[in-house]
Amino acid sequence: MTVREVMQIVDGKILVGEDRLDTPVDTACGSDLMSDVLAFVKEKAVLITGLINPHVVRTSEMLDITCIVFSRGKMPSEEILEMAEEVGIAVISSPLTTYTACGELYLHGLPGTKPKKPAPEGA
Amino acid sequence: MAVLLEKNFPVEAGAFTTAGEASTTIKRTLKQLGIGPEVLRRVSVACYEVELNLVIHSRGGTLTLLVDPEKVTLISKDVGPGIPDIEKAMTEGFSTASDEARTLGFGAGMGLPNMKRNASEFDIQSEVGVGTTITMSFALK
Repeated sequence: MTVREVMQIVDGKILVGEDRLDTPVDTACGSDLMSDVLAFVKEKAVLITGLINPHVVRTSEMLDITCIVFSRGKMPSEEILEMAEEVGIAVISSPLTTYTACGELYLHGLPGTKPKKPAPEGA
Repeated sequence: MAVLLEKNFPVEAGAFTTAGEASTTIKRTLKQLGIGPEVLRRVSVACYEVELNLVIHSRGGTLTLLVDPEKVTLISKDVGPGIPDIEKAMTEGFSTASDEARTLGFGAGMGLPNMKRNASEFDIQSEVGVGTTITMSFALK
């Protein structure tokens, strides 16, 4: 799946990364808890979240997350958008709730992150 | 082993707005040095977790980055308050984080176990009233 397909499936609008719509994504995670995101997420991932603060971008940067979907039509601040632009993360705003956005993406074949343990490489 | 790079980053207690800036700089520095993406990702996650811990739990401290040909080492050293029960603190789900930290999406009690999982070697020393030192190394080969 690509960022463009993610955008279409969640009925969203691209706010950052129009030039990266063809970037592929392999997996997704829906969470408002950045602690869990840091513990579970793999690369080439989409993060679907209802939480809006700069730490969502910071967390995503550390994990090399490809795309953030802000759910429930939330609009991130300019500061958040600039941070995402600077680190090359695509940002989408979707009118869907987190649950529905995740459900639609899953239905369209985007799998979730596998549970960790024991090795970080997922061995 | 010859140290190729050493950098210190002071981290202020309670500075939620700037929390993560040291980790961002460290990630960019290591990327410029040509550290591979898999190791870079593990260092970045552990670094961000430990920096957040300094902001959330400590009275302030310093994050040190050391790079030699064999490994990347991160040392977090704070000036207190120290951890009374390390075993408990290492348990997934156990957290003493403030409401402010939780509002930002942290404080789920995943930090220390996640650092340990990502590092090749992990060591934590703590004394109540003195401080906590966490040393993590990430093998490059």
